[in-house]
Amino acid sequence: MTERSVPASAPASPGWLSRLLMAREVSLVGLLLLVTLGTAVINPLFLSFGSVRDLLLNVSIIALLVVGQTLVLLMKHVDLSVSSTVGLSAFLTGSLFVANPGMPVPLALLFGLGLGAVLGSVNGLLVAYGKVPALVATLGTLYVFRGITYAVVSGGQINASNLPPSFLGFGTGSVLGVPNLVLLAVAVLIGFAFYLRSYRGGREYYAVGSNSEAAVLAGINVTRRTMTGFVLSGAIAGLAGVLYLARFGTVDATAGAGLELQVIAAAVVGGVSINGGVGTLLGAGLGALLLGVMGSALVTLRAPGFYQQAIQGALLLAAISIDMLVSRRAAKRLQEERKS
Amino acid sequence: MTELQNMQPQTIQPLLSLSHASKSFGPVQALSDVSIDLFPGEAHALLGENGAGKSTFVKILAGVHRREGGSLTVAGKSADFHSPGEATAAGIAIIYQEPTLFPDLSVAENVLMGRQPRAGLGRIDTRAMNARVTELLRELGVALDPSRPVRGLSIADQQLVEIAKALSLNANVLIMDEPTAALTLSETDRLFRVVRALRERGAAVLFITHRLEEVFAECQRVTVMRDGTWVSTGPISDYDTDLVVKQMVGRELGDLYPRGEMTLGEVALSVRNLSQPKMFSDISFEVRRGEIVALAGLVGAGRSEVARAIFGIDPRSGGEVRIGDAVIQPNSTRAAMSAGLGLVPEDRRQQGLVMDLSIERNANLAILNRLTGGLLMNRKAEAENAQNWTSKLQLKAHRLSDPVSSLSGGNQQKVVLAKWLSTNPSVLIVDEPTRGVDVGAKAEVHKTLAELAASGLAVLMISSDLPEVLGMADRILVMREGQLVGELSRAEANEEAVMYLATGQRAWAKQAGAA
Repeated sequence: MTERSVPASAPASPGWLSRLLMAREVSLVGLLLLVTLGTAVINPLFLSFGSVRDLLLNVSIIALLVVGQTLVLLMKHVDLSVSSTVGLSAFLTGSLFVANPGMPVPLALLFGLGLGAVLGSVNGLLVAYGKVPALVATLGTLYVFRGITYAVVSGGQINASNLPPSFLGFGTGSVLGVPNLVLLAVAVLIGFAFYLRSYRGGREYYAVGSNSEAAVLAGINVTRRTMTGFVLSGAIAGLAGVLYLARFGTVDATAGAGLELQVIAAAVVGGVSINGGVGTLLGAGLGALLLGVMGSALVTLRAPGFYQQAIQGALLLAAISIDMLVSRRAAKRLQEERKS
Repeated sequence: MTELQNMQPQTIQPLLSLSHASKSFGPVQALSDVSIDLFPGEAHALLGENGAGKSTFVKILAGVHRREGGSLTVAGKSADFHSPGEATAAGIAIIYQEPTLFPDLSVAENVLMGRQPRAGLGRIDTRAMNARVTELLRELGVALDPSRPVRGLSIADQQLVEIAKALSLNANVLIMDEPTAALTLSETDRLFRVVRALRERGAAVLFITHRLEEVFAECQRVTVMRDGTWVSTGPISDYDTDLVVKQMVGRELGDLYPRGEMTLGEVALSVRNLSQPKMFSDISFEVRRGEIVALAGLVGAGRSEVARAIFGIDPRSGGEVRIGDAVIQPNSTRAAMSAGLGLVPEDRRQQGLVMDLSIERNANLAILNRLTGGLLMNRKAEAENAQNWTSKLQLKAHRLSDPVSSLSGGNQQKVVLAKWLSTNPSVLIVDEPTRGVDVGAKAEVHKTLAELAASGLAVLMISSDLPEVLGMADRILVMREGQLVGELSRAEANEEAVMYLATGQRAWAKQAGAA
């Protein structure tokens, strides 16, 4: 080994500036500023305390769900059932309050988490142990959980007037002007973002989604990791259900319906790849915020309702197209580097 | 090396000793009563045809499969692996043919996944992780940025990442499953340098390869397997190519390169001044009926690109392609096919076959429009065509309705051939026809090509396998960096001459010639 050959072209790592500019998070923040300021110029009321507060409250539930969804998406799976979990959790928590008006709020949150974890473990068992494709398994449970909700509700609904004031107060309360729900969502988001970035367990989500076969060979228990991801996604959705009840007060059997697609859209716009292994929670959270701001801006600008959905869809397509363009260009560049 | 060859196995404790291991999958006995000892500092070759049970064997050592019966001793301690993690912990590292890495994660994380160095509160210490991996890569003599993603690395670099992983685990048993199948000559050379360094530190390396030249150049001992059973083990000096092949195949193979007398017909394929910017320029040659012409050169010299441009897959900036008298318009595979051109692509799994479809469907893919009766497919014609070609090519398959993925590599290649021969071509381009195919199947593919040429087909063969080029081709065209740099007749051709043209360097050619 005296004549070791070191390849002449030691690839230089790109500088911090170009890395920064390439990061999805930076372009999301830029887009956010553009939309916010643009709308505010046309209608200054857009930045009023009340409307910002409303916007953040709306986004907080989506942002919370995005955390669980990202865990699942990173592993190259998907959880469509979250919206039904939100609905069932919201209604059952409401029923509990109706039956026991004195129940403390933390207990309600724990109940939501627990219920969600149970529902999530059904998905987990199907996907991790039953090897059912996540799309099919969670599409099934989406309907099953919703069906259970209809059966339990049987035409009734929970009204704000039936809920104890302590719980409604939690929903409308705030700390230093920041609503409780927003604080909770941000805390969960930051906690998981940190976990995914800097902990061995968090990195396993990326490893499983990037190459599950290699993950097995690297000694990762893929089955257990998949199970954990779905349980967490369910638990977070259950928690979001309690927050949904606290935010809206009035809940019927359709509560939360359709949320799942908004959540997946937010994650994808935020740079989480549906092919697994790529994405950050910071990006996903920003994606949720951007979609929320867009929706709210369109309302402020008096755009007809259907434009909102169309623009959400267009944003999603733009995000995916940009991702593909970027990765194709990167692949081409790497290929040319090899040739030269 | 001589010390190793003379050493007394009784006096040195083996690093790993597997004895009398068996494994069955349902009714299939994949492995029965196989034993092997690996000693410190040796490179040991494990040889056998595809389906001989080598992969099962490796997976038992890797902890992926559980052995049935027998015993396993690693570093003097008896072991029984339930998971890949346990094999890793015992110091066994496997480098698979296709590297098993996480493309989206950084090089450093790939090396240390699950063992990332941690700072306070259990957080991953990225700086320490990158420093550790930089150090490991330096030991291997490679410069890779540990923070770059693995996606985009060449196969060779990915293998080095795998080896870095093995080093980081202090593995002293390294098992490499066909590590050189996808490497260029210089990459192979670099890999063997690394392997020699590992052996000098006392590691044992188990090689699985189809390239016998490498075995004789790099290994000290050999174990041959056939049909899931152990055949022989001994020092390399006790073996020669003929013996190894005979033991692997279990019968006399006949000639590996059955190229008989040929009769040349009229010009079937004529290429004039073919060019494509950045890829190749001014390529001109002819192939006659009954002739096998090899297109040799290093990987990346532009050979496959020329084939793709002739076939109309890639655009060309200039030049002319004729099949017989007909000029083929560029950018149209349809025109090329109807003029009588067939292309057996380099990567049969990705480009040559639809792996989940049946043998019959695959064989008929190129002539679907000929097999229709009105709107619907003519089932009878489909079955007849597939039956016809698969029996002519002596395809070994259970049923033609079995998925093509159930076949061995050599038989898969025959299905690709059947697909193109169905189109009744006058010119067949074959790109790396025997890559990843075992020696028995290789001989059959060669026989088939020779017979096809004898029946009047013009064959253009792209191959990186020098013995194959020398053994099969009537003429050898050599490409270097997108240029056609020379032509050798069968009489003039030898390894040194081809390598000299391919690399433009004497030194390289000598080395290859000596190997």
